[in-house]
Amino acid sequence: MRGRLTGYWLFAPAALWLALFFAVPLYSLVATSLFDPDGSVLTGYDVAWAFGNFPDAISEYWRPLVRSLVYAGIATAICLVLGYVLAYAIAFKAGRWKNLMLVLVVAPFFTSFLVRTLSWKLILADDGWIVNTLQFVHVLGDDGRLLATPVAVVAGLTYNFLPFMVLPLYAALEKLDPRLIEAASDLYASPARAFWKVTWPLSRPGVVGGVLLTFIPAAGDFINAELLGSPNERMVGNVIQNLFTTTGDYAAAGALSVTLMLIIVAMVVAYARTSSTEDLV
Amino acid sequence: MSQVDEVLHQHRERAQTRDLRLEGLTKEFASFTAVKALDLVVPTGTFFALLGPSGCGKTTTLRMVAGLETPTSGRILLGDDDVTYTKPYKRPVNTVFQNYALFPHLDIAENVAFGLKRRGIKDVKGAVAEMLELTELSTQATKTPGQLSGGQQQRVALARALINRPEVLLLDEPLGALDLKLRRSMQVELKRIQSEVGLTFVHVTHDQEEAMTMADVVAVMNGGVIEQMGSPTELYDNPRTTFVANFLGQSNLVAGEIIGVDGDVVKADMHGTTVSVPRERAHATSGKGWIGVRPEKVLIARTGERIDAPGNHMTGAVVTDASFIGVSTQYRVRMAWGQEITAFEQNTGLREVLAPGTPVDVSWRPEFAFLLDASQDVTAGLGEV
Repeated sequence: MRGRLTGYWLFAPAALWLALFFAVPLYSLVATSLFDPDGSVLTGYDVAWAFGNFPDAISEYWRPLVRSLVYAGIATAICLVLGYVLAYAIAFKAGRWKNLMLVLVVAPFFTSFLVRTLSWKLILADDGWIVNTLQFVHVLGDDGRLLATPVAVVAGLTYNFLPFMVLPLYAALEKLDPRLIEAASDLYASPARAFWKVTWPLSRPGVVGGVLLTFIPAAGDFINAELLGSPNERMVGNVIQNLFTTTGDYAAAGALSVTLMLIIVAMVVAYARTSSTEDLV
Repeated sequence: MSQVDEVLHQHRERAQTRDLRLEGLTKEFASFTAVKALDLVVPTGTFFALLGPSGCGKTTTLRMVAGLETPTSGRILLGDDDVTYTKPYKRPVNTVFQNYALFPHLDIAENVAFGLKRRGIKDVKGAVAEMLELTELSTQATKTPGQLSGGQQQRVALARALINRPEVLLLDEPLGALDLKLRRSMQVELKRIQSEVGLTFVHVTHDQEEAMTMADVVAVMNGGVIEQMGSPTELYDNPRTTFVANFLGQSNLVAGEIIGVDGDVVKADMHGTTVSVPRERAHATSGKGWIGVRPEKVLIARTGERIDAPGNHMTGAVVTDASFIGVSTQYRVRMAWGQEITAFEQNTGLREVLAPGTPVDVSWRPEFAFLLDASQDVTAGLGEV
C-alpha cells in the first residue's frame, strides 16, 4: 500500500510549489483582468467577468504592445547573432580561457540589473564619448542623440539579456563533436555549408532555448524603456507598471498582462513548432 | 622480383597512374615532430596499411592526406596534382573516421548521401540504395545513427565515404571500437569491398594482425618515420629492424658475433655455436648482431632425439614453461647461456607436451633466421600498441 503511494508523495513538493507560485498567481492575474473597470482603491474591486476589459485595453494600448514585441524581437535577433559568435568562440576557440570567458559572460549578474541599466544612461548620454564620436563621423547629426531613442532601448535590452542567449547556445555547441565538422569538410562541404548542414542544426536546441529565454523577458521588460527610452515610446511593461502602481486601474493592467502572456505563449508554441524541437512543447 | 614489387606491378596494370605520393612530408607540432620527412608511394588500387604504435605519426599522416592537417613541409601528390594545400572539401579523398563521426541529426540514407549532395548531385537515390546494398544496410535507411549497433555504424561510415568514389579512401582505425569477433568479420568484409570497388585504401592501424590480414602492402611506422615497407610476408619473414621484428608478431633475438660472409650466407657465432643466416636476410655483415628467429620456426626435441633441421643445432637447453593453447603449445626454453627463448609447436599429436624441466635440444632451419644490426634496442616495439 505504502509503496503505491510513495510516488504521489514524492510528487507533492512539486505540486505544492506549482500551486503556490504558478496556479494561484495566475488565477489572481486572470481574476484581476476581469475586475469591474469602475472599481478603485476606495470602492474596492470585484470580479465582474468584465471581458470588455480586453478590447478596451488592446484598443487603447496596442501601440506599446506591438512596440514591445518589435523591440524584443530586434533585441533577440541581435542577441542571437552576437551570442552565437561568442558561444561558438568559447566552445571551440577559447581553449584554456573557456572557463574564464564563461565567468565573464555571467559576471554582469553580480551587479544589479537596475545599476547596470543606469550606467548605460551615462554611456549613451548626450555629451558622452559614444554620441560625440558618432556625431564626429556624422552617423548622428549635430543635435542627434541616443538616449531616449528606440536605439538605446533595444541596445539596453540586447545588453541585459545577452547572457540568457549565450549560455544555452554554449551548452548546445559545447556538446557538438568537432569531428563532425571535420567529417562534413571531408565530405565536400565548404565551411559555410558545413555550418548550415551540421553545426546549425545540431545547435538548434540551444538556439530555441536562447531565443525563448531572451525574447520572453525582453517583451515584458520595462526598466530599459523607463531609463533609456523616451516617455512617448513606452513598452507595454511600462504601461502595466503605470496602471498598477500609479493609476490604480487594476482591470486594464490585468487585461493587458493576460493579453501579453497569451501573445507570448502563442508565439512560443508557433516558434517551437516550426523549429521541430518536440521536446520543448 | 620481390613479392611487394609483384603486387605493386599488378596494381599498376589494373589502373593507370594517380598514385598517392608523399614526398618529404613533415609535421611539427609545438613540442614535437609527429612525422619526419616521410616518403611514400601508394599505388592505385592497393590496400595499403600504415601500421604502428599509438603516437607514431600514422594518424597525423592520414589527416594530412585528408587535408585536415597542414604539413609543415613536404608535398602530397595525387598522380601529378599537388594537393598539399588543397582544402579537404576539394580533395578526391574521403575518410572513415575512428569514431565514425556520423551526423546524429540525419538518418542513415541522408548520412550516406551527404557527400554527393554537397557536390551538387541532385538524384542520389539510386547511388545511396546501391551503397546501402553493398554494405548490407538497406533495412536501416530511415534509422538514425544512435539506433544502430557499433558494427552497423562502422558500415555507415564506410558507405558514406565510399559512395563518393574517392581516389583514395582513408581508414583511421576503423575497427578499433568493435569487439574481436566483429572485427574479424569486418576485416574480411572490408577486404571484399576493396577488391570489389578497386579503390586505393589507406588503412591506419596499430593492430599488426589486422594489417597483415587485409593489406597488400604494409608500412611499419615508428617515431614519425617508416621503419620498413613491404608485403605482410616480406615484413614478417625478413624484418630489417628490431622494432619491426618485435612489433609484427614475436621474435627471438639472440646476441651474436658476426664472423663474415660465406657464399650465400652470413655466419655468426652465437654463444659458441656457429649459425648461418641467408645473405638477403642479413642486415649487418660485421661486428655484433642480433640473430632473430620466429617462435614457430624454432624446433625442440628431448636431448639426443633427432631434430628435423640441418645445422644451427644447440644443446643443453631446458623447458621452463609450457602453455597448451589448443592448436599449439607455447614453450619457454632456457638456452645453455641462460637466455629464454620462445618456441611454438603445432599440436600434431606426434609427441606429448614436454613438461617444464625437460632437457631439450633446440634448432631451426638457417633459411628462417634473420640478422639485425646490434646497435638497435633489442626491446624496441615490445609491448607497444
